[in-house]
Amino acid sequence: MIGDQAYRLPAGGLIDRDRVLSFTFNGHGYAGFAGDTLASALLANGVHLVGRSLKYHRPRGIVAAGVEEPNALMQLGEGGRAEPNPLATMIELYDDLVARSVNVWPSVDNDLMSWLAPISRLFSAGFYYKTFMGPPPAWQSIYEPAIRKAAGFGKAPENPDADVYDHTFAHCDVLVVGAGPAGLMAALAAARTGARVILMDERDRPGGSLLASDEGIDGGPADRWIDEASAALQACAEARVVMRTTAFGYYDSNFIAALERRSDHFGGGKTVRHRLWQVRARHVVLATGAHERPLVFDGNDRPGIMLAGAVSTYVRRYAVAPGRRAVVVTNNDSAHGTALALSDAGIDVAAVVDARRNPVGTLADAVASRGIQVLAGHTVIGTSGNKRVTGVSVAELMGDGTAGKPHSLTCDFVAMSGGWSPVVHLFSQSQGRLTYDDQICAFIPGESSQAQSCVGAVVGHFSLGECLRGGAEAGARVARELGFDTSDELATPTTVPQIQGAVEPLWSAPTERGRYDRRAKQFVDFQNDTTAADISLALQEGFESIEHVKRYTLTGFGTDQGKTANINALGLVAEVLGRPIPEVGTTTFRPPYTPVTFGALAGPYVGNLLDPVRETPMHDWHAAHGALFENVGQWRRAWYYPRDGESFQAALDRECLAVRNAVGVFDASTLGKIEIGGPDSVEFLNRIYTNGWSTLKVGRARYGLMCHEDGMVFDDGTTTRIAEYRFFMTTTSGNAAVVLDWLEEWSQTEWPELQVYFTSVTEQWATVTIAGPHARDLLAVLAPDLAVDRESFPFMAMREGRVAGVEARIIRISFSGELSYEIYVPWWSGLVLWENVMEAGARFSIAPYGTEAMHVLRAEKGYAVIGHDTDGTVTPHDLGMSWAVSKKKDFIGRRSLTRSDTARADRKHLVGLVTKDPAIVVPEGAQLVSEMNLVAARRAARGSHPVPMEGYVSSSYHSAALGHSIAFALVKGGFDRIGETLYAVYDGRVVPSEIVSPVFYDAENERRDA
Amino acid sequence: MLKITCPYCGPRDEIEFRCGGEAHITRPKEPGRLSDDAWADYVFMRSNPKGNHAERWLHVNGCRRWFNAIRDTVTHEFKAIYRVGDSPPADLIGPTRGTK
Repeated sequence: MIGDQAYRLPAGGLIDRDRVLSFTFNGHGYAGFAGDTLASALLANGVHLVGRSLKYHRPRGIVAAGVEEPNALMQLGEGGRAEPNPLATMIELYDDLVARSVNVWPSVDNDLMSWLAPISRLFSAGFYYKTFMGPPPAWQSIYEPAIRKAAGFGKAPENPDADVYDHTFAHCDVLVVGAGPAGLMAALAAARTGARVILMDERDRPGGSLLASDEGIDGGPADRWIDEASAALQACAEARVVMRTTAFGYYDSNFIAALERRSDHFGGGKTVRHRLWQVRARHVVLATGAHERPLVFDGNDRPGIMLAGAVSTYVRRYAVAPGRRAVVVTNNDSAHGTALALSDAGIDVAAVVDARRNPVGTLADAVASRGIQVLAGHTVIGTSGNKRVTGVSVAELMGDGTAGKPHSLTCDFVAMSGGWSPVVHLFSQSQGRLTYDDQICAFIPGESSQAQSCVGAVVGHFSLGECLRGGAEAGARVARELGFDTSDELATPTTVPQIQGAVEPLWSAPTERGRYDRRAKQFVDFQNDTTAADISLALQEGFESIEHVKRYTLTGFGTDQGKTANINALGLVAEVLGRPIPEVGTTTFRPPYTPVTFGALAGPYVGNLLDPVRETPMHDWHAAHGALFENVGQWRRAWYYPRDGESFQAALDRECLAVRNAVGVFDASTLGKIEIGGPDSVEFLNRIYTNGWSTLKVGRARYGLMCHEDGMVFDDGTTTRIAEYRFFMTTTSGNAAVVLDWLEEWSQTEWPELQVYFTSVTEQWATVTIAGPHARDLLAVLAPDLAVDRESFPFMAMREGRVAGVEARIIRISFSGELSYEIYVPWWSGLVLWENVMEAGARFSIAPYGTEAMHVLRAEKGYAVIGHDTDGTVTPHDLGMSWAVSKKKDFIGRRSLTRSDTARADRKHLVGLVTKDPAIVVPEGAQLVSEMNLVAARRAARGSHPVPMEGYVSSSYHSAALGHSIAFALVKGGFDRIGETLYAVYDGRVVPSEIVSPVFYDAENERRDA
Repeated sequence: MLKITCPYCGPRDEIEFRCGGEAHITRPKEPGRLSDDAWADYVFMRSNPKGNHAERWLHVNGCRRWFNAIRDTVTHEFKAIYRVGDSPPADLIGPTRGTK
């Protein structure tokens, strides 16, 4: 019922009681106040049951009040703003918020999958590995879908994200992570010296643990000090305070990534939703605090059983009573403070059950003096209730690890504390070493490996005085080390000294069924349903390394990454193995500390901004004439130009035949182009290319192959000598940058004595290729001043002149096997030239052709495409291109061509392949087997048995000019196997094909040289 | 993300750079005279030390100049940065395979 809030305390809390917010949870309407989280508002309405556990579908409630919450995962929002798995404890309440439980069916109150819970003994550690054995296909078709339906968390949104995201970069002297007392103090001490300080905190307001405390500072309430310190910090010109911002990754050289949530607290829209911060800091102060650990007793997961510190937070910060009658169970001091908070709020405390024989200290004494029952040397060994805890079984701890005679206490919630674990995640990510601290029974930061300091609870300082002093000291010291004037010292605020009692380890409580019994439900990791028995079983089965225990039992996985579970798991492992905890070690902390939205990581770089798109100057013409495009690297290239209703194959055949029978025009502007100059350019080319360049005359072009030092081909192209010391190199379209890098690398690092320089001119020259029997006639029309006859302008010659009125370089070169010219004009003249070519070509029935036709034409002619027909394991000899390998000079990769491996006779060679059935076009990548293995291959076509392979198909097309399919294949010893029949095996088919020469068309070059 | 000091441009983020592997591997003057093993050693074999490592780096999205660095492979700390052709600091690294 809206407006009920039956568990709201009458006074107190950092909430605005004048602003009532309504929301729905699992379809029911509720009300809360501004300043609430979804969790505090639910608790104010008496709602503890918020979800079901992953494996057993046990009822689960809210456990924590922050990012360490393991249970209260929500399905938040709808449509374009749906988000799976945010934590109710971190969702700030806004009007009309809509949230649902995850992993429940049909509802959280009545989960039909909860039949799993009574038979949970069957679901032991490694359950999936042990149970779902069988043929691999069963995993995909049966097991995995079933498991995913039964387990899993929230649902991935189906609509496009309605929000926008942003990236920002920042530099500072000091980055302080965490705005609790230690962090706030450190930031203030550093900022007042003039240092550039950024203070980040994941919550909506500074204060950290102070927000759940009643301790005073400087004789006044902590709130006042927080406000004053924040104001003083804001007054520093170089200080920035960014709230709702979680530092989630700590990388090398003090590089920190953080997620700022800018609109989640009002339901999204109006502004950038998340902003990804990338901060480079000279010094980092980690004031990341500590997380409380649960106690591992039987039935410790019932709704209503919460961390004690969270209970304090709900009572003090949110003015919410988690119930009417509490049992507090602990092994340390802090939960006594919770008992005091409850008592202050008028909530009945049935007992404080303290595992320690003799709890002493300021808080314990105060509890005792109020007359609250303290059961020292006792702990909880069992609980009752189903969807809500109704009572606990309490017993004395005996010296031998067993429990004494139990007795019952009635309650409707439990506040538990197993001690506090410093939040060492960022420290550990920064490659700092962790040290085990016996005093607090947890790991603390040891030696740093970066310019960094840790202050407050993260170093085990759990008293307010220590936190403030440590923060002030670190802030001033860091500022001084960075060269700022710290002579004007900041006075440390005064606090009331407290005497603290030590924590006593209690890694698992005894149960009424014996230790680590499977029937006992002692949960270590709530989110993954891992129990003490699971961990004990894993150890019995030999998984003793903590990394193995983690993976076998799933402890520490999930969206919470085991924030409440990890140290308890370590303690248990140590307990079972009888080893000290430091010897057991910890698992690795990896970014992100808390989940990060994909949107934030992508930032604004989505859609058209994902990657630059490169278009040629003729792009719009291609688009206007119906071209379909393909991506080649970042380039958009015209693929083919279907006319009305034409199929892919029909368009392709038409374009190919136009080139073979008339003339075609092709946009080759994407070719990589590099201008090479300098007096040593010939020598440089001789070293880079496999063939020789000394004899190339000005005005002539030559084809060249480049190898890596291992002798494998990595690029090819033509290079034209345009002047004595100027060369014009072309590379494959996708490889231009790689080739430029390659040239520069050798020039700079190996041969700095050679005077040679390189300029990328890819986007300075547009390239129009005309190819076909009428190409010369067309060029004569376009360039009336140019002598184009066979003798004046021979194959592989370059001429300069005006083409369609534009200054051009024309190179007579052919990748199609036809009479062909590449016309290079300044980039901005590309379209003009293209349009003139189309107009003048009309009388010759010119047709534009795309990259697909280009591929077919070159394959008919036997030209390999480097990177398509090669894969980095192919030498020039393997390609049948020994003619392009000089025997007279050294070049990169030459020595490798005579290594025993590269000289093997059974290397894969590039050969032609024709199917016996001319209509079949074998898919590229199809494997080839020999006659000898055909029987095995037929069997293989139906199953997965290995068969010796002779090679594979690298290019494959239907050739309209030849009337049958053609293919290239890389075949073992292929040059000596011409005429042999191999069998292409794919998709359950076996296609007989004959090895032939790869030159299918005009082997005599009569057309090319016409 | 590492912060790397280009000897020509100053400190920049790692994303501006590319690592070019081990430094000081000089191309043999007369490869034809080398045995298969000696050639393979030049082409394929690289040291993989734990600790200081001489590496080539390229400021690829910057000045596009190559330079050398001594980097600790355990901590990623750059102990020294020097130009191509300069000798590595002798106190940081043992004998290298060449001088370039």
